[in-house]
Amino acid sequence: MDVLLEAQDLKKHFGALKAVDGISLSVKKGEVLGFLGPNGAGKTTTMKMLTGFLAPTSGQAIACGETISTGNVAARRRIGYLPEGAPLYGDMTTRDFLAFVAAAHGIEGGEARDVVESAAGAVHLHSVMDQRVETLSKGFKRRVGLAAAILHAPDVLILDEPTDGLDPNQKHEVRRLIEAMSVDRAIIISTHILEEVDALCHRAVIINKGRIVADGTPSELRARSKYRNAVTMLVPRSEAEKAASAMKSIRMVAKVEAANEGDDVRLTVLARDGAEISDSIGDIAAVSNWKVRQFSVEAGRLDDVFRQVTEGR
Amino acid sequence: MKATLTIFRREFASYFATPVAYVFLVIFLVMQGLFTFYLGQFYAREQADLVAFFTYQPWLYLFLMPAIAMRLWAEERKSGTFELLLTLPIPMGSIVVGKYLAAVAFAALALLFTAPIWITVNWLGSPDNGVIFTGYIGSLLMASAYLAIGSALSATTKNQVVAFILAVTVCFLFLVSGLPMVVDLFSGWAPEGITLAVANFSFLIHFDNLQKGVVSFADVFYFIAVIAFWLWVNRVVVESKREAG
Repeated sequence: MDVLLEAQDLKKHFGALKAVDGISLSVKKGEVLGFLGPNGAGKTTTMKMLTGFLAPTSGQAIACGETISTGNVAARRRIGYLPEGAPLYGDMTTRDFLAFVAAAHGIEGGEARDVVESAAGAVHLHSVMDQRVETLSKGFKRRVGLAAAILHAPDVLILDEPTDGLDPNQKHEVRRLIEAMSVDRAIIISTHILEEVDALCHRAVIINKGRIVADGTPSELRARSKYRNAVTMLVPRSEAEKAASAMKSIRMVAKVEAANEGDDVRLTVLARDGAEISDSIGDIAAVSNWKVRQFSVEAGRLDDVFRQVTEGR
Repeated sequence: MKATLTIFRREFASYFATPVAYVFLVIFLVMQGLFTFYLGQFYAREQADLVAFFTYQPWLYLFLMPAIAMRLWAEERKSGTFELLLTLPIPMGSIVVGKYLAAVAFAALALLFTAPIWITVNWLGSPDNGVIFTGYIGSLLMASAYLAIGSALSATTKNQVVAFILAVTVCFLFLVSGLPMVVDLFSGWAPEGITLAVANFSFLIHFDNLQKGVVSFADVFYFIAVIAFWLWVNRVVVESKREAG
């Protein structure tokens, strides 16, 4: 129900290179899909097919019932797109540029002024409206690109690395904006910043070598990590070795990792097959009377899952 | 139509976003003046016509029109706005035509600035203004043909200088194929039909006719056919460059 964007077995081959090799996905209304993968995995190529810039070698993509192709203008009307690196016409002022994009979407006159103003307001561009785009900072340029992508109120938003190159404050702001827009749209963002997935995405798809290798909610993906249910604790260096060997003897413990932190050692106890080990570890620590500080249970690490599925570790 | 106009407006305005356009207009007018008064011997001829003005235009345009057209697509491809442009809901045909018309309008503007010489010749004597008018029409048609070639070749590269050189080369072929030395090269051995075809391929012959005040359907059709063909090439080249970005 309410699937706004759908890809069916998309393939793109450049000669012998299979840049995208059979990707199927669907994004529902209100959903933010994180599109992850190492550099060169085919993220950008997939997005170029989803926006009708590239024609797929085979398979098809559909936005709001319209088949996306290089010739179908109607499909492109439903899509807002921020290409990688947010290319803009540097010689125009922000206002002129946004007005041009509005006109390209067939919005003109007073209505055009309104949508330009409201899109500019949404990403806080008012202070630079009459400045030439090429004189703007990177953060502002990215926001101009975002404003251009959203001004026609598209049902589907496709953002290729929207926060790439922004500082942490700007990243936060862009994420908040995407979140606010997600209510009645389908959004795909590509990124290789994993914290973004936690901060923003309802679902994440990881691709590698042009194929989907993982698909699930951030928590589901995290659960596949070897750090699932791992226990982390800080113990004094004098007790670390003893504690580590004691815990290794527990049957449910797979491995103990140690890292020095000043006079303390951070022990990370990995559970075998993600079993619940926190209670037993806690009991042992209490009985043995170790001076444990900071005791926490991990939900799993996305970066670990990412490496696991893209490098096969 | 509306979409074409949107593209046209942006493209035309971008010519004036930098001082380059003004520099170009000045160079065009100075060169045009030099060609008319020194090479063309405008005064020494003591004729109330603009033959001296029009005679060297094909050669002047050979370099100036590719300069107007070179940025049309090469710039888009270099800066990445190519992708932005092609994912806007504007049909490809409108983008190609809109950009091309902006270049034509710029050339027309440059030509408009030569009006003082028309006024001068009217002040000095009483020329046949009908002939001058068709001369201007021919001049604009020829400029448009050069620009169509330049626009198509601009899409083949991300480098404006390369685009310029390619366009000058191809335009040169279209120009010299009507010169006696080229025609003679063919007339010795080739059947008359081929010699005639080569000669007729040239801008020069069709431009000359229009200069003499003869507006024949064949000459006008020739230029329009050349323009249409190269705009089609333009479109094919752009479509083929999607993967190259």
